[in-house]
Amino acid sequence: MQEVKKEYTPNIVAFCCNWCSYAGADLAGSSRLTYPANVKIIRVPCSCRVNPMFVLKAFQQGADGVILCGCHPGDCHYVTGNYYTRRRMALLYSFLNYMGIEKERTRIEWVSAAEGAKFSAVMNDFVKQITELGENKRLTDLRVKEGE
Amino acid sequence: MREVELKMIERAKQLLESGEVARVIGWKKGEFCYDPSPACFESVEELKDFVYDWFCGANLSKYLIEMAKKEGKTAVFLKPCDTYSFNQLVKEHRIKRENVHVIAVECLGKLDIEKMKARGASFVSAVEVNGDEVKAVSPAGETTFAKADVLLGKCCVCNKTHQVKDEEIILHERAEKDVDRFAEVAALEAMTEDERFAFWKSQLSKCIRCNACRNVCPACSCIKCVFDNPASGISAKANDSEFEEQMFHIIRAFHVAGRCTDCGECSRVCPQNIPLHLLNRKFIKDIDSFYGEYQAGETAEGKTPLTSYTEGDLEAGDVFKGEAK
Repeated sequence: MQEVKKEYTPNIVAFCCNWCSYAGADLAGSSRLTYPANVKIIRVPCSCRVNPMFVLKAFQQGADGVILCGCHPGDCHYVTGNYYTRRRMALLYSFLNYMGIEKERTRIEWVSAAEGAKFSAVMNDFVKQITELGENKRLTDLRVKEGE
Repeated sequence: MREVELKMIERAKQLLESGEVARVIGWKKGEFCYDPSPACFESVEELKDFVYDWFCGANLSKYLIEMAKKEGKTAVFLKPCDTYSFNQLVKEHRIKRENVHVIAVECLGKLDIEKMKARGASFVSAVEVNGDEVKAVSPAGETTFAKADVLLGKCCVCNKTHQVKDEEIILHERAEKDVDRFAEVAALEAMTEDERFAFWKSQLSKCIRCNACRNVCPACSCIKCVFDNPASGISAKANDSEFEEQMFHIIRAFHVAGRCTDCGECSRVCPQNIPLHLLNRKFIKDIDSFYGEYQAGETAEGKTPLTSYTEGDLEAGDVFKGEAK
């Protein structure tokens, strides 16, 4: 029997804030712009809602890349939420890289409700990047899987 | 060291006798010369076990959270590095400053018995320090070390000074060290991702999840802790995930980011000798370079880097720009 070669499709988790990026994704849809179906959007009230543990859990449960989208700094629905997010994620991403996690796996983008095209472009680009990078193994196999 | 110890005992006695304080927090003799432990002295008689020597590395500030809630004032002996933790806890409203009488004590660096053992001294029954030389006495004879070789890791790069005091017992001044405390972090940063991953994998796989690092950490004193919640999936060492030790350490380091004073207790108490301070120090280094120099615990006021922001902050995507790798 001929072996069927399975194409690798990455699992992407996108945390989108309710007020800008989620609406941006909506606009992308209603404008008939496409982005890969393997981007799983999780709607959060504000990008600031994203606890670093959410990002880690996503990786732990099999995400190959995590992207966080929120309103542009200064445009936050709650005025200052994304400023805090920016600091937290800058530190978290830098720290994950310090632990040896590929820096390409994490990303943060500001997408407004009017930027459907940007949303689609960002997601296409991120999926491409993760597809090239391959599967996430480091955040799930720290211990016993050596020599697999 | 003995003179300082006598002065401390004398002062503790005065404070207790006069009723100025209800208790004194210090160190008491352990079973061996190298394991004094933090202790609370409530009467003059108890002070017979009081000790302050080359092995009193423990940070006493965390004990004040419970002790300073009690009736009456609490006196505490704080080394330079401990005062940062103290300030940080005051800032976080965990300690009421007015309930504590802080006695600043000198510290010329504390010794690490594990380093001595690794260098061949076993059953050490006493140590003598003369300048840069440490003599360990044991039944097998005497061993001499260079002091820098047997200092606790946290003391090797320490240039801290007392940030808070009500009075002081300082007989010897400590010379400023010419060291870069971020050198180890920078060395790791200079590695490739693969090398770093291998390094942390080998280190963190040793973790037995004893929670000693969390329990000793002055910054880790939340009333409710995520690691106590069985539903978190990371509350204990379980065989359901190979990932948990890494997860635990990432989360713990993040939770104390911007609040860690770099007191180094985590690495001191780790029974597996994991260099945990390198995790926290990375956050400190990043905060310094992204948002300007910040030393947690320098004062008991002001905002911390993660509870404040500026409009022109660095974008998370720019963190890696300018890196060769």
